Formats: sequence, C-alpha cells, structure tokens
Amino acid sequence: MSDHTGAAPRPPSSAQAAVAVRQRSQGELVLRRFLRHKAAVISLALFAAVVLLAFVGGALWRYDYADITSAVSVPPSLDHPFGTDNLGHDTFAQVLRGTQRSIEIALLIAFLAGLVGTLWGAFSGYYRGITDSVMMRIADLVLTLPLLAVAAVLTRATSGSWWFVALVIAALQWAYVSRVVRGVVLSLREKEYVEASRALGATDRWIIFRHLIPNALGPIIVNVTILVAAAILVETALSFLGLGVQPPDTSLGLLVSEADTAVSTRPWLFYFPGAFIVVIALSINFIGDGLRDAFDPTQRKVRA
Amino acid sequence: MVAYTLRRLLIAIPVIVASTFTVFLLVTMAGDPLANLKGRNPPPSPQVIAVEEQRLHLDEPPLQRYWTWITGVAQGDFGPSVRTNVDIGHEIAVRFGVTVRLIAVAVLLALVLAVVVGVISAVKQYSGIDYGFTFAAFLFLSMPSFWFAVLLKQGGISLNNLIGDQVVYTIGEKSVIVEGGAWAQLADAAGHMVLPTISLALLSFGAWSRFQRASMLDVLNSDYVLFARAKGLSRRRVIVRHALRTALIPMTTVTALDFATLISGAVITETVFQWRGLGEFLVTSVSQRDAYAVLAWLLVVAVAVIVFNLIADLLYALLDPRIRHE
Repeated sequence: MSDHTGAAPRPPSSAQAAVAVRQRSQGELVLRRFLRHKAAVISLALFAAVVLLAFVGGALWRYDYADITSAVSVPPSLDHPFGTDNLGHDTFAQVLRGTQRSIEIALLIAFLAGLVGTLWGAFSGYYRGITDSVMMRIADLVLTLPLLAVAAVLTRATSGSWWFVALVIAALQWAYVSRVVRGVVLSLREKEYVEASRALGATDRWIIFRHLIPNALGPIIVNVTILVAAAILVETALSFLGLGVQPPDTSLGLLVSEADTAVSTRPWLFYFPGAFIVVIALSINFIGDGLRDAFDPTQRKVRA
Repeated sequence: MVAYTLRRLLIAIPVIVASTFTVFLLVTMAGDPLANLKGRNPPPSPQVIAVEEQRLHLDEPPLQRYWTWITGVAQGDFGPSVRTNVDIGHEIAVRFGVTVRLIAVAVLLALVLAVVVGVISAVKQYSGIDYGFTFAAFLFLSMPSFWFAVLLKQGGISLNNLIGDQVVYTIGEKSVIVEGGAWAQLADAAGHMVLPTISLALLSFGAWSRFQRASMLDVLNSDYVLFARAKGLSRRRVIVRHALRTALIPMTTVTALDFATLISGAVITETVFQWRGLGEFLVTSVSQRDAYAVLAWLLVVAVAVIVFNLIADLLYALLDPRIRHE
C-alpha cells in the first residue's frame, strides 16, 4: 500500500534538535487517527468484549442454550442473570448463543459481499465501456430485488440454516459494495501511477490487484464495516418475520421475536437480546465512523 | 426535460421486467401453492385440484405463466390469487392507500427532524449538543426496527394506563366501528397513526440527520459563506439565507434513494402494529407462495421507487441550476 514502510528517522535539524521527526507509514497514520477517535476506540473494546463473552463465555457458562432447567419463567436472579423462558431455558445462555450466531452471520455476509462487491466493482470500473454497462446493469437488477421477498422465498424453500440465511443476504448486499468500489476505481484508474505502471508493461490483472484494489481499501473497509452492522439488523428483521434462522438453532432476532408476545409478562426475554443487538450494531457503527475519519481525514473538517 | 423523463421511464421498463421475472422464478421454485389445499383432511377430489390448477394457470409451463401475467398487467389484470376471495388489483389499491399514509407522514416527520438536528449539529460542531445528537442518530441507526416498534407499543400502553383513556392505539390502522362524525373518524385515524409513524420516522431520521450535518458542514466551510460573513452579514442571516438553502439540496436525493428502505421498514412496522397494508400483503402472499400477488406488490413498489428517483433528479436540476438533464 505504501512505498515507504521502513520508517527512516530523519537527521534532526540544528534548530530543533530536541524534536525528533519520523516519517510514518500510511498504516501507522491511519491507526493513529483511529486511536484519536475516542468513541470508536471505546466501541472497539466493547465489541471485542461482546465477542469474547459470546464465544468464550458461552462455552464456560454453566448452562447450555439447549438445557432445560427446572426454573420456569423466573425473572433475572443470581442463578439466571437474564431469567428463564416458559420452557426453562436459561436466557443468558440463549442470548450468548444467539449473539454467536448473529455475529457469525454478519461477518460471513460482510466477507462474501465485500469480496464479490470489490472484484465486481473493480473490474467494472477498470474496463468501463460495454463490460461496465453489463456488469452495472446486473448490479442494478440485484438492487431492485426486494430483500424481504427473496429471503422469504428462499428460506422457506430450504431449512433456514444460518449460513444459508447469510448467503441470501450477501447475494443482495454485494451490489452496494460494488457501486462504491466502482466509483473509487473510476477515478483511481486515471491516476499517473496507473499510467506509469501500464507504460512499464503491467497487465490489467496486475494493475487491478496491485494498484487499484489496495488504494481503494479505505472506502472498502469502511463500507464493509457498516455492512456488518446493517447485516446484523437485516438478519434480526428476517428472523423476526420467521424467515431467518429457524429453531432449534437461535439468533438474537429469533429470541426477540419469540419474546414478542411475552413483553408484558416476561419482559427480560425481550429486553436482553434486544439490548445485545443495539450494543453490537452501535459499536460497529462507531467503529465504522472512526475508520472513515482515519482513512479520509479531509472529511472531518474543523471550521476556521 | 420531457425527453429526459421519457428516456428514464423507458429504461426502467426492462429493469422492471427482469426484476419481476427473477422474483417470479424464485417464488415458483419455493414450493407448491396448493400444498394447503392438498393437505386438507378429507383430501379434495382430483377434479377440485385440477380446477384450482387451471384457475391459477399452474397447468402451464412457468414461462407461459409469466407471459400470461405480464400481458394481463398491461391490460390492468393482475391475475388470480391463491386466496380465492382476493382480487389482487383491488387489494393492492386499498393497501397502497394505507401504506402511503404511513410512509408520507413518517417521511415528513423524519425530514423536519433531520434537517433541524443536522443543522444545529453542524453549526455547533464538536459541542455537547453535537455529540448528543450524534449519539442519538447512531442509536436509531443501530436499533432493530421491530424491537423499537415493540418498545413504542409498550410505551403507548403505559401512556394509556397513565391517562386512563385510550389515547394512542397499538393495533390496526383504524377502529372497526367509529361513532361520531368526520372529526371522530379523523381523531381515530390519528390515534392509530401516532406510534407506527414515530417508529418508522425515527429509523430514517438517524441516517438523514447525519447526512444533513455533513452537507451543512460542507457549505459552512465554503468560500461564499466566508465571504458573506466578511461582507458583514449577521451569522444568523448567513446560516438561514445562504448556507441552509444550499445544504438542503442533496437531501432530495437521499430521501428518494431511501424510499425503498422505507418500504421494507414499513413491512416490519405494519407487522408489529398489525396494519393491513402493503407489507402485510407481501408477508401473507409469500407465505402462501402466491406468485401473482408477490409480483403485484413488487410492481407497485418498483414503479414507486422509479418515479420517486425520477422526481428527485428533476427536482435536483430545478434547485441546482448547474445540473442539466439533456
């Protein structure tokens, strides 16, 4: 990404002998700017904590999500911090399990949509002309397909396992990424270094993979991060309509939808999984905001 | 301008055809729409099933069934529904009114809120107010729509209990029987609308207020605003007369582009508040594998999205004279 990664210390000038000037790599600059964004750093820590809690805590917790305990519909207590449902499931264990599933789904969506969208957008923007037209019309078509209708139809036709739900959502979300990447690549391809590379005999593949995609990485990372948050919300919405993850497996959206009828009698079933969704999506959105500022400092203007 | 509009509408036709065809294939692959009928006990006679198959054109190959639908639509016939008592065209028309009422008021509310909050945020950048508004916007961006809707519903129930009278309604788009004249009718409809509208509006508010803030900051940092201040105009006058007007223009595009999101948001809102609108129509149709009904929904939504985007682009050119559509 950067050609001066080896941060060579400059000889201190005589006037400012005390001030050490060091050249920083691009990655270092991004990291420093990100660390200055307090909300983003706190959110990153929070998100890491939730992930750790779900994956490690879920394995260590004394109840499994499928365990049926003798305590039926008890409110939160020391033994059951989030209470239990009307069958005796420990809600804390279920929320941890649901969090695992929801995060797995969201990350898989972001990975697939990010990968396909990046390649699609990069090729479309680089080749332009008829290739571009055809590829972008296909992306447009995908954008017109209503997610709810497609997901509804496909998940009903199959068993609704979690990776299939992720696949369906990713199959529609990549088009957003491809539009962003195409826009960036369209301007990058006119840059002098691309021209220089081509003059040196670089192939199209080399230019796309070594120059265009690495330089578009900033917007790609930002958009994919925000996609993770959006994916969590989409998954929960689908599960709420009964079109996402199916029992006996569980996800945060499914937990909330199951608690929908019990809000006034067993409110803990409804509020805890919902709060987890909000915390996860909120922290990811703030991380995305921090990354945007870090990659593109010109956007964050301070008025004169 | 007229030529541009016509061209845009003509380009939209193949997109709609491709989109409806894809969804048609998906619904067809999803399963047998007559599964309910065949699973009945005692089982219906083969003749009954054959009649149903003929009525729904299920005895024809898929391509021909799609062709039947699209030629029918061109003549105003939306085709037969799996539910025998439902006329798709009539049903869609009634539900369209219900959903449009919900979306229109929600958009208006969201826009006003977003503009006010975005402008205050931008003018007082990096102040406590700005951070507070930013957090609120991110919070609404991160809330699952149905969770928030159920929260509002609970809030509405507590409010009613507190006042001891039914002020806001949490179920349905209108009461079955309303006593009294036009005023009572209006009050009843309003009481039903409050919570769903707030729920839908706040979801868009998050993104829109962020956008308005960015757009306003852009303008406030531009040279002409600096010049207006240097000329001696008051800060207030510069913000309202010079900056705000320009900063509002990009919002037209954002609102139009988010229209599709609003429609899927309405599906959730209608489900939670049990409105009989387009969203509920879609959910029921999909669960019954009612291909023609799903296509009718898609057609209405697609046309609405296309028309809104077109209006936004035309409006954009009207507001910003630098843009010309040839």
